[in-house]
Amino acid sequence: MPEPVIRVESLAKDYDTPAGPFPALKDVSLEVAPGEFVAIMGPSGSGKSTFMNILGCLDRPSRGRYLLAGRDVATLDKDETAALRNRTIGFVFQGFNLLPRMSLADNVALPLVYSAIGHEERLARAGAMLEKVGLGGYAGSLPSRISGGQQQRVAIARALVNDPRLILADEPTGNLDSHTSEEIMGVFRALNDEGITVVLITHENDIALHARRLVRFLDGRIVEDRPTRQFLPSAASHRHPLPREGGRGEGTPC
Amino acid sequence: MLGAMLREAWRAMGANRLRTFLTMLGMVIGVGAVVLMMAIGQGAQYSVAQTISSMGSNIFVILSGYTSTGGVRSGGGSAPTLNVSDAEAIAELDGVDTVAPVHWGSVQMVRGPNNWNAWVHGTAPAYFDARSWPIAEGSAFTDSDLRAATRVAVLGRTVAQNLFGDEDPVGKTFRIGQAPFTVLGILAPKGQNLEGRDQDDLVVMPLTTAQRRVFGTAFQGSVRQILVKASAPEVMPALEKNMEALLRQRHRLREGADNDFTLRNLTAVAESAAATTRVMSLLLGAIASVSLLVGGIGIMNIMLVSVTERTREIGIRMAIGARERDILAQFLLEAIIISVIGCAIGLALGVGGAALANTLAKMTVVVSGSSVLIAFAVAAGVGVFFGFYPAKKAAGLDPIEALRYQ
Ligand SMILES: Nc1ncnc2c1ncn2[C@@H]1O[C@H](COP(=O)(O)OP(=O)(O)O)[C@@H](O)[C@H]1O
Ligand SMILES: [Mg+2]
Repeated sequence: MPEPVIRVESLAKDYDTPAGPFPALKDVSLEVAPGEFVAIMGPSGSGKSTFMNILGCLDRPSRGRYLLAGRDVATLDKDETAALRNRTIGFVFQGFNLLPRMSLADNVALPLVYSAIGHEERLARAGAMLEKVGLGGYAGSLPSRISGGQQQRVAIARALVNDPRLILADEPTGNLDSHTSEEIMGVFRALNDEGITVVLITHENDIALHARRLVRFLDGRIVEDRPTRQFLPSAASHRHPLPREGGRGEGTPC
Repeated sequence: MLGAMLREAWRAMGANRLRTFLTMLGMVIGVGAVVLMMAIGQGAQYSVAQTISSMGSNIFVILSGYTSTGGVRSGGGSAPTLNVSDAEAIAELDGVDTVAPVHWGSVQMVRGPNNWNAWVHGTAPAYFDARSWPIAEGSAFTDSDLRAATRVAVLGRTVAQNLFGDEDPVGKTFRIGQAPFTVLGILAPKGQNLEGRDQDDLVVMPLTTAQRRVFGTAFQGSVRQILVKASAPEVMPALEKNMEALLRQRHRLREGADNDFTLRNLTAVAESAAATTRVMSLLLGAIASVSLLVGGIGIMNIMLVSVTERTREIGIRMAIGARERDILAQFLLEAIIISVIGCAIGLALGVGGAALANTLAKMTVVVSGSSVLIAFAVAAGVGVFFGFYPAKKAAGLDPIEALRYQ
């Protein structure tokens, strides 16, 4: 078995609250192999986002170990974790989190600014990424001019622009209607088919069925971890190009 | 990288133009004030330095007339209480190098069709040395001219031009009343004095000649001023006391009576004037610097507001890989750009204001390259200094906290 992209051992996170420390994660262990597509489910408040933020190196655990691509994140300094966020991980948020005053192309190119890539190459790669998520004609637009589904595509393009090994998404379809959600899931599936590891949070069963593995949280613990493969056509029969914007997502075979 | 950061700083500044403008205005006013005040202060120092170097060294001036108790002379030299024999007595004192009594009056003079009114200074040859006023063309008159009361004169540049036009006046004659005078030389031009009076609008001739041929007999022997040149700076304090005692005795002033003359050590006066202007220009600079400081605090204030407003943006940037130093540089750059642009505008306004003060108020102003450089360095420094704390605050944000900020 190849080295896991994510390896979490007895992870715990306590939040400081006025009422004392609150355990949001209690003893979570998980391994995710390269190329996996994992859906995390669980009721609200079960610790999914807390877990995801730690996986994304945005937050640090209180106890336990987190190895990202074999490296113990606790041993890294701030610049090194910034570099991980920049190159190894692509993070997609529920609220898109695009910068409102920047054109879509500039938004997508922003991670490249922080890896010291020149202007020309940044624009070229951002353009290619926008093309890939089906928004090639919108490079100069502002985020406020496009729909939520389109904004999420841009956010995915931004997460992809620096060729990450791992895409983390915290309820990426939470703000979208079901049709648009299917399209976005189609994008994630296509990326996973290209070999990128995808871990996403959702509270909708339909969405979770796009993944091949389902991890369920409850009260800060993993209570279920099983494949969803039986609900989906085999991966081999599922090689397809990324769906175009407005095109019908292929992600509802179940 | 820098290009992208500059573009972003520009975009952020453009997002709230009015606020950026007002912040900049603080810098504009601060730098403008500093540049203008430095120009005025340096101008004052420059003109005092000019005056000092146009005076001879080790010079006393004794003016006739009473000194009021406050030290302000009343009726400046209008009631002559000094005379030629006072000057001769002073010349005998220890430590005196030369003495030049001066009497003056406003006189009409004629050369062919040209008429001109100017001050005539009747004096001794030592006058030129005591005022350290060189002869530009021709020569000065001599002691024998003084003894013989020859009708000779040395002209100031303005008088020479008005009487003789393009002619070379040296060796030629002009008339005062019916009496012809021969021009011996032309004084080097001095320009305006501190009050803006043309110092070259004058004629210098032997005192004896002036008394006999020009001023008439009313003030026979009396003079308005005696210039005394000491032989060395060290003898000046003692000489000052001796001259005062001598004049009081000669004028038969009783114990306790006020002097009927004013004795001034010009070097000391000049030094205190120089010290005063130095203090004044320092003070001007200091006051102006306060406005620069206030401008800097304005930048800091706005940058702090901006960091708070953009907390979420900072979180997003960190989430996609911005390092602390990237965020620091971004906000620092913005502060520096605001202060440098503000500085450039302030500089232009300050220089313009100085030019205006020069043409409208006839003030001497000096805008030196060094003051411009200092203004720029200070502005960049202000940007860094006052921009650093907000930028550091932004860079120190925790990514997840910043992302949660609403
Ligand atoms: N910053 C925080 N401070 C205190 N408690 C928090 C904080 N963030 C989350 N929590 C608490 O931790 C628990 C897990 O939250 P979260 O990970 O957001 O759950 P989920 O994403 O599964 O809904 C919740 O009870 C929540 O109230
Ligand atoms: Mg959540």
